[in-house]
Amino acid sequence: MSDYPSSYRFTRDHEWIAVEGAKGKIGITSYAQSELGDVVYVELPKVGDAVTAGASFGTVESVKAVSEIFSPVTGTVTEINAHLNNAPETLNQDPHGEGWLIKVSLNDPAEVEKLLSAEDYQTFISSQQH
Amino acid sequence: MSTTPRAARHIVQNEELLFEISEPGKAAYQLPELDVPPANVAALGERARSDIAGFPELSEIEIIRHFTRLSTWNYGVDTGLYPLGSCTMKYNPRVNEFVARLDAIAGAHPLQPEELSQGALRIMDLLSQYLLEICGMDAITLQPAAGAQGELTGILLIRAALQARGNARRLVLIPDSAHGTNPATAAIAGYEIAKLSSNAQGTVDMASLDRLMTDQVAALMLTNPNTLGIFEEDIHRIADLVHQRGGFLYMDGANMNALVGRARPGDFGVDVMHLNLHKTFSTPHGGGGPGSGPVAVKAELEPFLPTPVLTRRPNGALTLEEDRPHSIGRMRAFAGSFGMLVRALAYIMANGSDGLKQTTEDAVLNANYIRTRLKDVYALSYDTPTMHECVFSDKLQARKADVHTGDIAKRLIDYGFHPYTVSFPLIAPGAMMIEPTESASKRELDEFIAALRAIAQEVDTEPETVKTAPHTTRVSRMDEVAAARKPRLRWTED
Amino acid sequence: MRYLPKSDPVRQRMLREIGIENVDELFAHIPEYCRLTRALDIPTGRSEPEIIDFFRHCAALNAAGYTSFLGAGSYYHYRPSLIDNLISRGEWFTAYTPYQPEISQGTLQAVFEFQTLVCQLTAMDVANASMYDGSTAMTEAVLMAIRVTGKSDILVARSVHPHYRETLVTNTHHRGFPVTEIPFQPDGQIDGSRLEQAITSNTAAVVVQSPNFFGSIEDWKTLAHLAHSKNALLIAVITDPVSLGLLAPPAEADIVAMEIQGFGIPTSFGGPYAGVIASKERYLRSLPGRLAGEARDSEGRRGFVLTLSTREQHIRREKATSNICTNQALCALMATIFMSVYGRRGLRELAQQNLAKASYAAGEFQRQGMEVLFPAPRFHEFVVRLPRTAAGYQPRLTQHHMIGGLPLHRYYPELGETALFCVTEAVSRARIDEMVQLYSGQSQPSLNESALAGARQE
Repeated sequence: MSDYPSSYRFTRDHEWIAVEGAKGKIGITSYAQSELGDVVYVELPKVGDAVTAGASFGTVESVKAVSEIFSPVTGTVTEINAHLNNAPETLNQDPHGEGWLIKVSLNDPAEVEKLLSAEDYQTFISSQQH
Repeated sequence: MSTTPRAARHIVQNEELLFEISEPGKAAYQLPELDVPPANVAALGERARSDIAGFPELSEIEIIRHFTRLSTWNYGVDTGLYPLGSCTMKYNPRVNEFVARLDAIAGAHPLQPEELSQGALRIMDLLSQYLLEICGMDAITLQPAAGAQGELTGILLIRAALQARGNARRLVLIPDSAHGTNPATAAIAGYEIAKLSSNAQGTVDMASLDRLMTDQVAALMLTNPNTLGIFEEDIHRIADLVHQRGGFLYMDGANMNALVGRARPGDFGVDVMHLNLHKTFSTPHGGGGPGSGPVAVKAELEPFLPTPVLTRRPNGALTLEEDRPHSIGRMRAFAGSFGMLVRALAYIMANGSDGLKQTTEDAVLNANYIRTRLKDVYALSYDTPTMHECVFSDKLQARKADVHTGDIAKRLIDYGFHPYTVSFPLIAPGAMMIEPTESASKRELDEFIAALRAIAQEVDTEPETVKTAPHTTRVSRMDEVAAARKPRLRWTED
Repeated sequence: MRYLPKSDPVRQRMLREIGIENVDELFAHIPEYCRLTRALDIPTGRSEPEIIDFFRHCAALNAAGYTSFLGAGSYYHYRPSLIDNLISRGEWFTAYTPYQPEISQGTLQAVFEFQTLVCQLTAMDVANASMYDGSTAMTEAVLMAIRVTGKSDILVARSVHPHYRETLVTNTHHRGFPVTEIPFQPDGQIDGSRLEQAITSNTAAVVVQSPNFFGSIEDWKTLAHLAHSKNALLIAVITDPVSLGLLAPPAEADIVAMEIQGFGIPTSFGGPYAGVIASKERYLRSLPGRLAGEARDSEGRRGFVLTLSTREQHIRREKATSNICTNQALCALMATIFMSVYGRRGLRELAQQNLAKASYAAGEFQRQGMEVLFPAPRFHEFVVRLPRTAAGYQPRLTQHHMIGGLPLHRYYPELGETALFCVTEAVSRARIDEMVQLYSGQSQPSLNESALAGARQE
């Protein structure tokens, strides 16, 4: 039922990235938030921290589970969504919009090409459902 | 079978927080008159405080009622069947409590002179002997404060032994069915964790073990019987493989209640193990501690035991020896949770060799009885024979009516029982892990079985009743999400 | 066996229902080579009176009915009779961790009250549900500071309880966290200038006990200033919580690690006790151990739950803040009842009596011409220099049913022949006078007694 914006790119670890030039905005997918359940806490890196494609940069917690968030790209954190500190539920309510996690400057914008399209990601998650 | 349902109704009173019933000027204390000159508080200057803001002021009867009322909101082993899998919620004998409170036992100081501590040391010595006999091991430390600290002690012992051989190694192998404390412990001991997948029978997969057991693996941490209640039939091959490649076999003794008097870990290749006195040896769980986690080892690891070590002087006197050059050091202050050791010894004495064996047999009998009587309504997670606990899954109920293990557990409360362990072990999806222990009579087991069968029917006829349970408790399901989003961890005046 | 609620005929019926003949079949999947085929070499079951006799006999071999001047991390304060009476209710002591909040509200509310009381007492914002003991709480506090600061060097005062320092080293050395000891001054307090020299930008934590092992009171403000100047955390260690009835709380510290045995938990030859960690709000996510939090049920009623459990081992496994699974709930309950009994005014009065008795005893030693070390302000412990080996006094004290001060030679060889005395409200003036006399040589031990003590020392 959720929209997976066609301009976004996705990972098999259920993160998305919206790229504009050499800048990207990263979040977790609607599928990820529904699997996780009610989010109670989000742990994010600091502005200026380096993130590496495929490596963890933070965690999302529900009452009974912790999930690591893996960066889709390599780059440097330029902004974090501080709003999530006080309102972690935003991640459940609007995972592809207001619930974004961090913004990064990309080291290599070409990296994005390797990620899944919205269509491929939806095919991927339907194969995951049991 | 009984026709009276276990759950009934009774007055349950509400009770505010201590701080809310406090009023200035009330007191529950009276100190003896001071027989020395009063303290010169002024000399302390800024080092003294003027008040403890918010601290309560109550009278004695209010305190008695407060903690009595609170207690009635709890469910304990004394209340009824407490089949919490992996926790071994057995009867806590009263004579244990009595002897642990004898003046010179409860009032012994940990640093009092050795010649005035021979009674306490004798209790520790006798308990050590009995535990070593039960485990088939060579040496023991009673120091660890709980199972998790026992695990850490054990892994540090292995680390020290490997270091003495020249290489502490890098990895600890842990089956995916293990308790969470195992990987947490190995990480704190400075090891990386390699996860060992279980096979279709729910036991160690020998091919994976063969592949993963490299010369970088310090230890395999195994629970036997494992968290599914299954005895590792390949235990000898497992131990041999680990030993051949220079590693140690650590056994989490959480499930010793299935083995005492029937099999000894020391006889099947275990090098280090911890015991949970609060599980197998009846020391009370206390609402979540104190526990006690002695660690037994084979002779090779004895030099590394934490200080102090209980030994005998040439004249026969018992002593706590500090001078141990190869020791991993001290795990905590003083020599151990002595009060728990007293209780465990009293339990072993009351049972004796005959009673301990009968206890094991009854615990296994009870679990298998439940398994037999419920397997037509709940799906077994694994078909492999089990010992002191059995693990069902909510598969049938989830498919039929979207009712899950947590819902069935909550509904059990309405029938007058404490729930089983929910959603553990992790390798069994929707797990319902039941450990009745030897302390359940057949009558209680039949009532419990009838309750679970009735709930299975409710899943068909009125699933909402199950999903919104419990319906008979003082409070209903708590909003844990809101509690975690905006944590309120102390009372404040507002 | 009297604990087992089954008769043999019932066992047989149950076996038949399972579809087997013999109980051995339940153990058939244990490979033969693993089975124990003999009886355990443990005597057969004993009756209750036999068990009580055995433990009474052991108790008689211990010091029974002695007046003790030992402290050093384990304290004799009067335990109000309410404590054992209340905790002996099965709903308290035979319950387990409150995983099912609907039938554990008693334990959960008591834990919430405990957390609140500890915050009020220590001037911290958050406190956990308790930990094993003071020594492990201190170790966990240090590991917490390492996580918070991302640094690894630890400075610990040499006047911190020796067992606590040893515990810290056991838990940190294999992970490569360097621990450096900071000496004490002749007045008993930590040597501030040595601390200032030792602290660097790599320092994760400065660990100081107050009252320290010698009984001296430290200055939290100055220490916090020093620690914070290098972005290190100040960890305040407290071994007797009764001291906080009178002493200023370590409000300037970042983390408090406290032993709560003094609050109504029996000395019991060293345990079980309970520790607790309290901290500033901003370190909450790094705080180890269980936490109870307020919640509402589906009908809006107030209740309590275990919360923020994602920090713990059963969820985070190898990435948990600690491997600790249990807390010391029943010990924390004893402390909660103790704090309720003494309350806002009583705890202060209790602490004042401790200060008064210890000051009196130290003064009496001085009046006899003996040296009391460390002139900085103290609470209820103090160190006395002795003309002979400290342990040599015990045989004479034993005759008077007394246990003297703790000989310090083993822990602090640099202090020579000294002993650490603790005097609480539980000791009468008459017994203090008697003890001081035995030490001050007014009643000389005989030569035989000295020789005997010397032999025991070997």
